[in-house]
Amino acid sequence: MTNIDTRILDRELKKGSAELLVLTLVETRPRHGYEISKLIEARSGGVLRFNVASLYSLLYRLEKRGWLKGRWIEKTGQRRRRFYRLTPEGKRVLAAQRNTWQEFVEAINRITRVENA
Amino acid sequence: MPDWKKEIRRRMARLKLAPTREVEIVEELAQHLDDRYQELLADGVSDTDAERLILAELSENELFSELHRVERKRPSEPIVTGTNRKINMVVDIWNDLRFGIRMLLKRPGFTAIAVITLALGIGASTAIFSAVNPILFESLPYPDANQIVTITDDFGASDSSVGMTFGTYREFVQRSRSFSAIAVVRPWQPAMTGVAEPERLEGQRVSASYFQVLGVSPALGSNFNSSDDRPNGPNVIIISEGLWQRRFNGESAIVGRQVTLNGSNFTVIGVMPRAFENVLSPKVEVWTLLQYDASLPSLEGREWGRHLRMLGRLKPGVSTDQARSELNTIARTPLPEFPRPRHASLESGMLLISLQDQVTRGVKPALMAVLGAVVLLLLIACVNVTNLLLARGASRRGEFAMRIALGAERNRMIRQLLTESLLLAIMGGVLGLLVAQFGVRALVTLSPIELPRMVDIGVDGAVFAFALGITTLIGLGIGLIPALHASQGDLNIKLQQSSRRTVGGHQWMRRTLVIAEVSLALVLLVGAGLLFRSLSRLFAIDPGFDTSQLLTMQVQASGTRFDDESTHRFFAQSLEAVRQLPGVSAAAFSSQLPLSGDLDDGYGVKFESNATDNPEGNIGAFRYAVSPGYLETMGIALRRGRLLSAHDTANTPPVVLISASLARSKFQDQDPIGQRLRLGASDGPWSTIVGVVGDVKQTSLTVSQTNAVYMTTDHWRLFADRALWLVVRTHGEPAELAPAIRQAIWAVDKDQPIVRVATMDHRLASSAAERRFALFLFEAFGFVAVVLVAVGLYGVLSASVTERTREIGVRLALGAQRRDVLYLILRQGLKLTLAGVSLGLLASWAVTRLLTKLLYGVSATDPLVFGSVALLLTVVALLACYVPARRAMKVDPLVILRYE
Repeated sequence: MTNIDTRILDRELKKGSAELLVLTLVETRPRHGYEISKLIEARSGGVLRFNVASLYSLLYRLEKRGWLKGRWIEKTGQRRRRFYRLTPEGKRVLAAQRNTWQEFVEAINRITRVENA
Repeated sequence: MPDWKKEIRRRMARLKLAPTREVEIVEELAQHLDDRYQELLADGVSDTDAERLILAELSENELFSELHRVERKRPSEPIVTGTNRKINMVVDIWNDLRFGIRMLLKRPGFTAIAVITLALGIGASTAIFSAVNPILFESLPYPDANQIVTITDDFGASDSSVGMTFGTYREFVQRSRSFSAIAVVRPWQPAMTGVAEPERLEGQRVSASYFQVLGVSPALGSNFNSSDDRPNGPNVIIISEGLWQRRFNGESAIVGRQVTLNGSNFTVIGVMPRAFENVLSPKVEVWTLLQYDASLPSLEGREWGRHLRMLGRLKPGVSTDQARSELNTIARTPLPEFPRPRHASLESGMLLISLQDQVTRGVKPALMAVLGAVVLLLLIACVNVTNLLLARGASRRGEFAMRIALGAERNRMIRQLLTESLLLAIMGGVLGLLVAQFGVRALVTLSPIELPRMVDIGVDGAVFAFALGITTLIGLGIGLIPALHASQGDLNIKLQQSSRRTVGGHQWMRRTLVIAEVSLALVLLVGAGLLFRSLSRLFAIDPGFDTSQLLTMQVQASGTRFDDESTHRFFAQSLEAVRQLPGVSAAAFSSQLPLSGDLDDGYGVKFESNATDNPEGNIGAFRYAVSPGYLETMGIALRRGRLLSAHDTANTPPVVLISASLARSKFQDQDPIGQRLRLGASDGPWSTIVGVVGDVKQTSLTVSQTNAVYMTTDHWRLFADRALWLVVRTHGEPAELAPAIRQAIWAVDKDQPIVRVATMDHRLASSAAERRFALFLFEAFGFVAVVLVAVGLYGVLSASVTERTREIGVRLALGAQRRDVLYLILRQGLKLTLAGVSLGLLASWAVTRLLTKLLYGVSATDPLVFGSVALLLTVVALLACYVPARRAMKVDPLVILRYE
């Protein structure tokens, strides 16, 4: 991933998949921005990492589209944080994106498998 | 920990986001960076390294470009103009409405007060309008109703209740060419027997032309036939739809059916339509023919009795004036073939009044006054709500200024504010219609006077249209001033004022309105005051007899089996039976009863001392054929001579008593005792005057026609009265004796109707019912007006105190006494009040003359009333000012100055 040549691919892949990643992570429960970024990093084994600017602009964009809903929540003993949860509209989008992604990955796999064989 | 916020803000500066949005983003990002920083520290990175790493991650360009894409300033919504104005307008109105409703809901207290005030005003005026409309503005329910007139002798304004004679009717029918029909009518109260239980009916004996004059024919059967209208003609009746349904269950074979009335058989020949209204006597359910002798056999029979009402229908194209002058010509030129007795000489000329005016004449002044009063009340209510709106406008000044600053058009804002006031008015109107519904019902049931055309009073289409109309007018009216006020003026000043730190000069409009309110209320109260004074003057009038503990009722000897002899016997026996009752201290009969409201029973008096038969010597007087003891029972004072006694019977020479005013006008200082007179007859024995008694108010308390002649029923020779008034003086509560008295009379003859039972006190009260009714409504409206004025004054002063709190604080700090502050505010309120009172006095002086017809014994500009009302209103106003003034007095200068 550190390879210069793969950088462009990396960016495009991230861009295409980032929405799917974020939507997936808030599917089960609302999460705040830092938590989302840590989860992406941890679950991808450190392969995927968003910087602050891209993560939050992505969150804001998804919120604007009505797929996420952010809310300031204050828990006792903690500072207030903005939690994002999936809207019903977001749920539909997530399901659609998952399908597309799976088809895409399978298609890629089929091609790469043929080349390798 | 480093201050991330400052960094983030600096890097986001180029985005130029909305401040609130920027704050949010900065906080969220800063938190993220905090977490990251803690994490790096936990991983063993030094704090300087950690800070450097984080700032590197937060590259300015990336932050800007990423956020720029999302957080772009959103383009404003496209403004749709010119494409479809109508749709635009509908959308605008819809938006205005929604906004208006939101604004009204935001201040439920204000909205409730405004709506209730308007509902009272609209409700009261709608109720009054619904009562007044059929009486004053709608024409009577007859075809070409304006062609129907009543015809009476023109005795001047004082009296038109003297009846007409059948002889005059015959002469007019034959000589006049102005009328397509003339009719005469008299009351008739037959007892109906043979169908279920006996019942006394309200009826009329009419000439055959009666329904022709009204222009209405029976819905079933036929009209009267003029050939049946003769003595001993067939007994036929026409009945009302109501009677047909009530007593005959609407059976189809009603025409031709035999009915027993007063012991005789009558044939039903017709049923009037359901919609038919008998406006002269609304309760009448049965009509029969008069059957007088058209050949006028003598000048003394019933054909020349003055007990008929005459109606005529003008021929098309003939005006009332033309008809009147024709009748006057006839009156002035007697013909030998139409001889007239003296009392029906027609020499004073004829008076023609349209039936519409005749029906409404009695109540018109009162209703007009009440209508005026309710308009005043409505105006006061509107002024009050306008003031409320202005006050609210003052507190919304900031909002208006902001909207103007943001580019709101002036017209648009006026429209928005008008929408709000219209909404208020509509809510008030809806509630007002409910108030009106109840009000109308209360008006009809509580009204002491029998309003003409009562059946037509109710909330109908016209009334609804009226309510809708005034509601819309009010909505626009009350909103216009506040709207204009709010939408103009210097933006800067408004914005400053909205911070509540400057004392505004904007209150002048509210003050003007309060002044207007005070003056309107004063007019209303002056009206109430004048009516009140009239009424107390009226009840201070001595009716000439003792009204307390006096029970009165009319007893009738009805049926063919009564001849003069048995009629006398029946009344004598009844009287004896009543006198035996415990609790009765005296009882007597009389042919007419003071204040009974009946047509006056007047006759010409001819004195023996007037040898020649000149008309001036002939004085009209009321005839009282009474049982001995009547004057004692009534408590009428004996001035001279003696009263009538049981010895004055048919077998003794006829004697009479005359009233003091008759004695005075005829004999001046001479002694009338022993003089002789004839009443109503031109021949027969003379009656000797044996006594002079006090004057009695017969027609009403205000009419001072008091010439009267009393004789015993035995000495009244022209005819035997079949209906006599029984007056009973009691020891206890008179009304309680009524059942016992009825039983006593029925023990003599169980079939005789006893009607119109009432105590004399009650009659006295209802003789002034019209004024009382007007007074009641004036008082009610006046009370509401005073409350509204107090609320209005309170509102203005309390707003003023709030605005001047700082000034008052400074004054107090500079050494002013609290008392001075109290006076300062009271003076402010007093100034407004006095201005309003002065204006109101002027206005009252101009308009109370419209009340003249309702006033008695008090001038329309009575200084006492004007003065006391002005005083009352001033006191109420001062009380209303006192509350805010006290609040001002309690201002703590320390608090105010510290706040500064």
